[in-house]
Amino acid sequence: MTTINNSRAKELKKDFPIFKVKMSGKPLVYLDNAATTQKPFPVIKSIERYYRAQNANIHRGVYPLSEKATELFEQAHAKVGSLIGAKQDEIIFTRNATESLNLLAYSLPSLFEKGRDEIVLTEMEHHSNMVPWQQLARRRNMKLRYIRMKDGFTLDYGDAEEKISDKSAVVAAGHVSNALGTVHDVKRLAALARANGAFSVVDGAQSVPHQEVDVGEIGCDFLAFSGHKMAGPTGMGALYGRKQLLENMAPFNFGGDMIRKVSYEGAEWNELPMKFEAGTPNIAGGIGFGVAVDYLENTGLRAIGAWESELLRYALDKIKGVKGVSLFTPGVGKSSGILSFNIDGIHAHDVASLLGGEGVCIRGGHHCAMPLMGKLGVAGTSRVSFYLYNTYEDVDIFIQGLRKAKKVFGV
Amino acid sequence: MEYGLAEGMYREHILELFKHPHNFGKLASPTHACQEYNPLCGDEVAIELKVRDGKISDAHFVGNGCAISIASASILTDDIKGKSVKDVIAMSAQDFMELLQVPLSPVRMKCALLCLEAGQKALLNGKSQGEIPTKM
Repeated sequence: MTTINNSRAKELKKDFPIFKVKMSGKPLVYLDNAATTQKPFPVIKSIERYYRAQNANIHRGVYPLSEKATELFEQAHAKVGSLIGAKQDEIIFTRNATESLNLLAYSLPSLFEKGRDEIVLTEMEHHSNMVPWQQLARRRNMKLRYIRMKDGFTLDYGDAEEKISDKSAVVAAGHVSNALGTVHDVKRLAALARANGAFSVVDGAQSVPHQEVDVGEIGCDFLAFSGHKMAGPTGMGALYGRKQLLENMAPFNFGGDMIRKVSYEGAEWNELPMKFEAGTPNIAGGIGFGVAVDYLENTGLRAIGAWESELLRYALDKIKGVKGVSLFTPGVGKSSGILSFNIDGIHAHDVASLLGGEGVCIRGGHHCAMPLMGKLGVAGTSRVSFYLYNTYEDVDIFIQGLRKAKKVFGV
Repeated sequence: MEYGLAEGMYREHILELFKHPHNFGKLASPTHACQEYNPLCGDEVAIELKVRDGKISDAHFVGNGCAISIASASILTDDIKGKSVKDVIAMSAQDFMELLQVPLSPVRMKCALLCLEAGQKALLNGKSQGEIPTKM
């Protein structure tokens, strides 16, 4: 098995051209990977190659250029599917995890049984796995139930057992909290959903890029994730769904490419995944997404996860030496490579601004999890999030930046 | 490619006003009030005003936010006391940036202008605009 250590991470960094860019003469220290990651040469080149030499619309052309584009786009589905243990026709390309979850909130209710009028979420969800379900609840007069977060920033699985019942239509939970890094036991939640006859949805936006994820192992019905958070281009995401369910669900968008046959009176739907991919898709983006998956598989998902854990351990060790820092983390072993914190006397936004001046990119704010911030009793936090190319030196520069911010504010 | 970084945003007068804001706290009986929210960073600013004879006789604010938004609300509430309602409504973003005296990126400008927006909305819409929480 390949592993990543500090010198390997430095090598990997060279695959990402953006790190040649200087921030006012300072090196770019990119620690906002939970928002989006940087893109390696092979991904950038594949997109350029597509537009320079392979561009044509897919599926309907019978000339070689179109056939090539179609083949590449379909291969990309297969690559993305194989990463998570799914087949090519179980992968629907979307714009991002948000769109994947919206697709579900619109299409899945066609399979809901009568009498099941509850949607179960967790208190730790990103807005993208909350707002679409809230809107669904309004449209269909359903009830929302939230699995509680315990002290220590983990889920209360006892509460999950109470909230998930034979009234549940769907259980939708993030795999990894984007705000706090907590890794949830989605296998357990999916099993609870299944035992109660409810559908299970996993928001894998923060897990698929950073660890080995297998839908068969989790046992979930659906998995949503974003390509741009895993070295792929922006405007790309995916939804995995069990084939039998996708076949029975109503389409989300209607139009070209998603039909088999159209008359003036109506239409029949195309096979999977086209049924859910109406209109000309982001072909270049899809191809780039496939290449990003190749890059991650070559680097090793398990190695990436292990290295991010090591960086978290290192960062926790260092940040504990900075006075006035409060941490919002379940700790190494229970967390992905994400660290949320606040500094007494400095607003999270100002921390991020001052670090920005040092070339260090971190996030400050509510992390699209406003209800969770409310529960934590803070307006927001500062957050660092790692990826395969981060190094100990990145953490050191970040810690120096924190000390400088404290100096500026006199705290 | 090179990126220039906004330096000098955290001048001493900004930091001082963040730590010791002026006119902070609720007014006993405001005639006009409005709360504004910046979803970008979660900043909240509520402006409370007392208007007498077409002039701002008192201005206070409560809020929770970054140094820029808190210092801005201090500067605004100081500045508009004694000014006519008409002049405050006519105040432009540029006018306010001149008062602030710090260079801001377009993103951070939203933090600075939150209080002006709240103050102007309060004057335009009266007291009914926005619930003012007792604690922020």
